[in-house]
Amino acid sequence: MSLDKDTVKKIAYLARIRVPDEALAGLAGELSNIIGWVEQLAEVDTDGVEPMTSVADMSWPRRDDKVTDGGKPEDVLLNAPQPENTPDGGFYTVPKVLE
Amino acid sequence: MSAATDLTALSIADAAKGLDGSDFSAEELTQAHINAMEQARDLNAFITETPELALERARASDKRRAKGEAVGALDGIPIAIKDLFCTKDVLTTAGSHILDGFKPPYESTVSANLKAAGAVMLGKTNLDEFAMGSSNMSSYYGPVKNPWRGKDGKDLVPGGSSGGSAAAVAARLCLGATGTDTGGSIRQPAAFSGLVGMKPTYGRCSRWGIVAFASSLDQAGPLTRSVEDAAIMLGGMAGYDAKDSTSAQMETPDFTSGLGDGVKGLKVGIPKEYTMDGMAPEIQALWDQGVQWLKDAGAACIDVSLPNTKYALPTYYIVAPAEASSNLARYDGVRYGLRVEGETLDGMYEATRGEGFGEEVTRRVLIGTYVLSAGYYDAYYIKAQQVRTLIAEDFRKAFDEVDVLLTPTAPSAAFAIGDKMDDPVAMYLNDVFTVPASLAGLPAISVPAGLDGDGLPLGLHLIAKPFDEVTLFRAASALESAAKFEAAP
Repeated sequence: MSLDKDTVKKIAYLARIRVPDEALAGLAGELSNIIGWVEQLAEVDTDGVEPMTSVADMSWPRRDDKVTDGGKPEDVLLNAPQPENTPDGGFYTVPKVLE
Repeated sequence: MSAATDLTALSIADAAKGLDGSDFSAEELTQAHINAMEQARDLNAFITETPELALERARASDKRRAKGEAVGALDGIPIAIKDLFCTKDVLTTAGSHILDGFKPPYESTVSANLKAAGAVMLGKTNLDEFAMGSSNMSSYYGPVKNPWRGKDGKDLVPGGSSGGSAAAVAARLCLGATGTDTGGSIRQPAAFSGLVGMKPTYGRCSRWGIVAFASSLDQAGPLTRSVEDAAIMLGGMAGYDAKDSTSAQMETPDFTSGLGDGVKGLKVGIPKEYTMDGMAPEIQALWDQGVQWLKDAGAACIDVSLPNTKYALPTYYIVAPAEASSNLARYDGVRYGLRVEGETLDGMYEATRGEGFGEEVTRRVLIGTYVLSAGYYDAYYIKAQQVRTLIAEDFRKAFDEVDVLLTPTAPSAAFAIGDKMDDPVAMYLNDVFTVPASLAGLPAISVPAGLDGDGLPLGLHLIAKPFDEVTLFRAASALESAAKFEAAP
């Protein structure tokens, strides 16, 4: 399958990565090469084969559904690019979403 | 040779003996490596140097030792940490612009384990952006030079993604370094740099606090100058961790326990499908030599078949980008790192991620987004997971007959900085021998085994059964003894 510029533009939007228009054609070529190459998997007979979803043959541990960490608002906001601090506590900020 | 130079030439095992015998202090050992690190900045192996922190930890180690309270073979040993491990209050970049200024308020489990074992962190090493690459050329912080040079004198890549760690250990700037391996990112740079590089079984080391690339594949492991050092260092890294739900609830064995046992009676499988079309004669010859070495040491070498080997790399290039596209969704300009303004929330996300991610990361996130998108999910992603099952079954069947597998590590020696950059698939082929074991979650190691016609190091690769690192190190030690690799850059 070869990917055209419109498809690349669409998946770039799904991934929320801005790709300049002049870069779309080159990227479409590179991604088409990669997809064309991985498509050789089509020749493998996988009828009735379970997809591998866990690497190790073991049951993973379970624990009680209790909070084991938290209460660290300063740590949580430490690296925020534009935190807002108020007397009631701090916040992350984003561009206005609701009018 | 000055005393300071001597200290940087030691193995971890010998440095530990020297510290125990008071031949030198941890502070002297650390200072010698800080000096070496400062003199080798041209390699660009480190993104962040932490000399003050290192000296502080070295002095603390000396105090413990003076009181008879040294905590083990790593106490006072200067090491480097790949800049993919979160380190408390120390810049952690993952080699990416998008993590600008990120200083984690917590420490990754693996680096915390090493710290608790007394190891002294010298700094954070350069890497391919988000560990995606086989050359270290995709780092936002620039390429790393391999301390090895070819006959023509060109600057070579150290391999990747753990390229800074490999260059730092090979250039004697530290006694060992942590790496992470998703498809070969410890073993391929080890082969390119004349080092031992080891990826343990998936689940042996906690992934908590390691910047995630592909969570079903990522594992931490050591890069060192000897097999014994790798076994010692892994001992300081491994262990069950409740904070990683895929961490194995198993005792950590003494990984050095089988090192002197030899390989008499050991069954070594030689997978015929690893003979690739167009394989370099030097690689085939080294592999044949490896078989002979193990036979001479008393092992039984048996031909085995792993029929789905050729599908491992395309499977990996669906599974890994799919997981990466999901993992990297967290870099959104809101909570940490780079933020580029936009008119709307979506606009801010797009601007931040467009500017923050480099070319290779963008390619992989887009591939991952595509193979997971509606209409393509079954054809690509489910198909790849099914083939992954077949690849894992191939290994299971082979390990019914043999104890370990022997293959080459990489299809070539180190190449020049700038090569293979115009063809992503050609770059991906670097990992053709390392990716299959990654998909099956198996422990594997690269051992330096010889030099090519240009005098550059080549590695041999051993793969073992899940959680059988002791046998892996045992076979690797026999290979190391036979290869007698003593060349240095």
